[in-house]
Amino acid sequence: MSGNNKKDANKVVDELLKVYPSKVARKRAQQIVINQKDKELNVPEIKANVRTTPGIITQRGCTYAGCKGVVLGPTRDILNLTHGPIGCGFYSWLTRRNQTRPPTDKDDNFMTYCFSTDMQDSEIIFGGEKKLAKAIEEAYNIFKPKAIGIFATCPVGLIGDDIHSVAKKMSDKLGINVFGFSCEGYKGVSQSAGHHIANNQLFKHVIGKGKEKPKGKFRINLLGEYNIGGDAFLIEELLEKCGITLVSTFSGNSSYDGFANSHNADLNCIMCHRSINYVADMIEKKYGIPWIKVNFLGADASAKSLRKIAQYFDDNELTEKVEKVIEEEMAKVKKAQKEIRPRNEGKLAMMFVGGSRAHHYQELFNEIGMKTIAAGYEFAHRDDYEGRKVLPTIQIDADSRNIEELTVEADPVEYQPRKTEEEIKALEKAGLEFSGYEGMMPTMENQTLIIDDISQAETEKLIDIYKPAIFCAGIKEKYTVQKSGTPMLQLHSYDYGGPFAVFDGAINFYKTVDRMVNARIWSFVKAPWQTTGKPVLEAELVHN
Amino acid sequence: MLLRHTDSNVIEREALTVNPAKTCQPIGAMYAALGINKCLPHSHGSQGCCAYHRSTLTRHYKEPIMSGTSSFTEGSSVFGGQSNLLQAVNNMFTIYDPDVIAVHTTCLSETIGDDIPQIVDLAREKGFIPKGKYVFHCNTPSYVGSHVTGFSNMVKAIVDYFAEPVEYKTGKINIIPGWVEPGDMREIKRICYQMGIDTIMFPDTSDVLDAPQTGTYDFYPKGGVTIDDIKKTGSSQKTLALGITSSTAPARALDVKCSVPCEILDLPIGLAATDRFVDSLRKAANVEVPGFIEDERGRVLDFITDTQQYLYGKRVALWGDPDQLVSLTEFLVDLEMKPVYIVTGTPGKKFLTRIEKALNGKVPEAKVKQGANADMFLMHQWIKDEPVDLLIGNTYGKYISRDDDIPLIRHGFPILDRVGHSYFPTVGYAGALRLLEKILDAILSKMDRDSEEESFELVM
Repeated sequence: MSGNNKKDANKVVDELLKVYPSKVARKRAQQIVINQKDKELNVPEIKANVRTTPGIITQRGCTYAGCKGVVLGPTRDILNLTHGPIGCGFYSWLTRRNQTRPPTDKDDNFMTYCFSTDMQDSEIIFGGEKKLAKAIEEAYNIFKPKAIGIFATCPVGLIGDDIHSVAKKMSDKLGINVFGFSCEGYKGVSQSAGHHIANNQLFKHVIGKGKEKPKGKFRINLLGEYNIGGDAFLIEELLEKCGITLVSTFSGNSSYDGFANSHNADLNCIMCHRSINYVADMIEKKYGIPWIKVNFLGADASAKSLRKIAQYFDDNELTEKVEKVIEEEMAKVKKAQKEIRPRNEGKLAMMFVGGSRAHHYQELFNEIGMKTIAAGYEFAHRDDYEGRKVLPTIQIDADSRNIEELTVEADPVEYQPRKTEEEIKALEKAGLEFSGYEGMMPTMENQTLIIDDISQAETEKLIDIYKPAIFCAGIKEKYTVQKSGTPMLQLHSYDYGGPFAVFDGAINFYKTVDRMVNARIWSFVKAPWQTTGKPVLEAELVHN
Repeated sequence: MLLRHTDSNVIEREALTVNPAKTCQPIGAMYAALGINKCLPHSHGSQGCCAYHRSTLTRHYKEPIMSGTSSFTEGSSVFGGQSNLLQAVNNMFTIYDPDVIAVHTTCLSETIGDDIPQIVDLAREKGFIPKGKYVFHCNTPSYVGSHVTGFSNMVKAIVDYFAEPVEYKTGKINIIPGWVEPGDMREIKRICYQMGIDTIMFPDTSDVLDAPQTGTYDFYPKGGVTIDDIKKTGSSQKTLALGITSSTAPARALDVKCSVPCEILDLPIGLAATDRFVDSLRKAANVEVPGFIEDERGRVLDFITDTQQYLYGKRVALWGDPDQLVSLTEFLVDLEMKPVYIVTGTPGKKFLTRIEKALNGKVPEAKVKQGANADMFLMHQWIKDEPVDLLIGNTYGKYISRDDDIPLIRHGFPILDRVGHSYFPTVGYAGALRLLEKILDAILSKMDRDSEEESFELVM
């Protein structure tokens, strides 16, 4: 099945909106856009990062999930304590496949544990601060962590527990870093608010606390890479091959000390713009480290990203090494593409996931000749769709207003611009973009569909209309799509496969998609007697 | 080591739960609601609750799990979720056309104190509920009980809202199966069918959460008890409720509301519990147990007599939900195995006495803990202190299994890393055979792996 490419996008949009009550249809119409680029790569405006319509059946999760689950979840040696009833801690226990590799058997790793205050009705009535303080003390006595993070769940905000003052008190008492995240699920409109809260608290309480000057000539931080299925391991390996030192990753395979020392790197490289751009901006203001957007998903994108880093450091030896690595890796990649591309050329893909994945994975599909006919994010903002140039025009609404914006100033001691203004200008002139992200829409073809916060009904309709060769989203969509006879690849968990990052990961991705799209099992969906069209009686007569 | 911070030194905890042996109420309510035909569950709270419950249920059943959410924001948390729920009801009926919407609450809407029946009445007044369609609800505050409580609350709500008291009785038997797998529900129905008993089972997730691949996605699979059948539970002559923790409340409610007497039984897991179930069925419907069911039972006995040497005395740690634990404990004791560590995070009065009865004085060294701070961390510490031969519980046990090289049999909820638990029952005699095969396989595989070359056995 290669999909139906020849559809009038306007008619498709009408079809998608048809099922809704009129008020809902009007709202959804602003979140469903037909892509149309002009020469300057301006694209139509899309409504994003707005409330989900109740009852529509959304992919989205909550602020707690974005904060505890996404950003802090992958850090192995901070003891993450959920303050709330048991569920939130339970559901976020090991379910995101963030791999971690402690340096030795003796090093802390709390990621396999779930810590919760298991709030009961008595705490809802009389307050939970006492239990929280006690739980922190018990956690310290048993596990002796170097830091404890406290994550607030919905009822905590409502009953008014002050987790930050408890954190402060316990930090003083125990002599370790204890800090809180007010990431109650109802804040914001999706996981996105939780990312922002996590960024803020990491910046306030951890980043810059380290005193260790990392060795190495070319020192970078990798931001917004969560090491799903081992992606970050492949990136770490590749950077090492090129002679680039990775000071810290936010937050795949990460450690407390990595965060604490991240202000000693010389460049921040952002993978997932949505979840981590706040930290990049704040580090730049306080410590003078510039940031660039990179993407290690897709072989060409990976090569491009490595070249950007080399260009930034402007060192012949590094550039040569990077080119040599790219050449070696690309030889393997081209071989795989040559074999796999002919079987998949022209087939259609759809991606509705995350806040950057729906963009990044298009690179990989392109590399085996597949086209993304429709895409969208689960929790991204307009800048992730249209590019950061629209930032000044994004309106602050009631939901985004209640997420704290930190005021950051240059650190009187530690601020040290890594490049002079002239150097930055020269690099920009040579084509290196700083603090920029082009967004997803300018890279997609005209007449493709861009859908923000897609609903279950829209998902079903799109599949019905386009019959794509593959559909990518998350676990909640996995089996509804697959039951409709369409191969479905989870791009949060990689269907427990992967890794898909950089060159080896790209080859793995091509093979994964090839296996799925051309799977033999789909030819068995109809039983022989369901396809022949012959009356059953005829067969009986023969046997008689 | 994956759980490198766990050692045998137990330090008393009052406030900290580590590696829980339970989760929260709403997920149980969502699972129960999926056992109603053409029902769309609805989570009245933040989006994350619904996303987490759908994700966990999907990972366990490998099936679509549909549910709406009220998508609370800061505003709804301050002013209440009425407007969100009204919109949700209108949208769900318009877009997804369910026969019934089953609303459950969350810790957020419970803390706010939203009055669901009042909001549903308002939805009806506004014409958001089409004629012949239903919205019902149960309260599932996450800070009380556990996922099992939530399941029980939703099943009770089914009775409270729909069961109709009538004068005449039809002779049918109601079966409340408790929180078991779709394959278990199918097996219980098969046993009843083969005994010639006409039953109404509620909830019933078979043909919902084990739906076939047909190439066409049905938003509402064909399974699930219909509202019409639920109404008729009030005219049945008896209710057999399986699983004291999950099924007592709905069974009693049906008795009070419709005068349908109930008998509350353990989950029919293992030989003796299945015997009691079959015997109760026989008496309730006044039928004879057919010979081939006795043959099934005989095959279980045969298996045990043939393999008893490998099972005898083996120490087992188990964790999970009370109803499963009670029946499993009884079965293991009957096999002359030793369930030495038993842990559940689910509170409830009768559990400890039921476990004591199931242990039947045969395992004096057994340690049992329930409720607050009864978690997998504590159980693992006990194991570190004195090891066991076998683990029986959910997928989270695989970390203990690997660290301490103890075979794990996956049973209970959630099972996130294997397929088959939703298809192949562990209830009834067929289920007992399957459990026995798994137990024996786990024990013998380890023996094979660990034996000296000269004592490596071909025939066992």
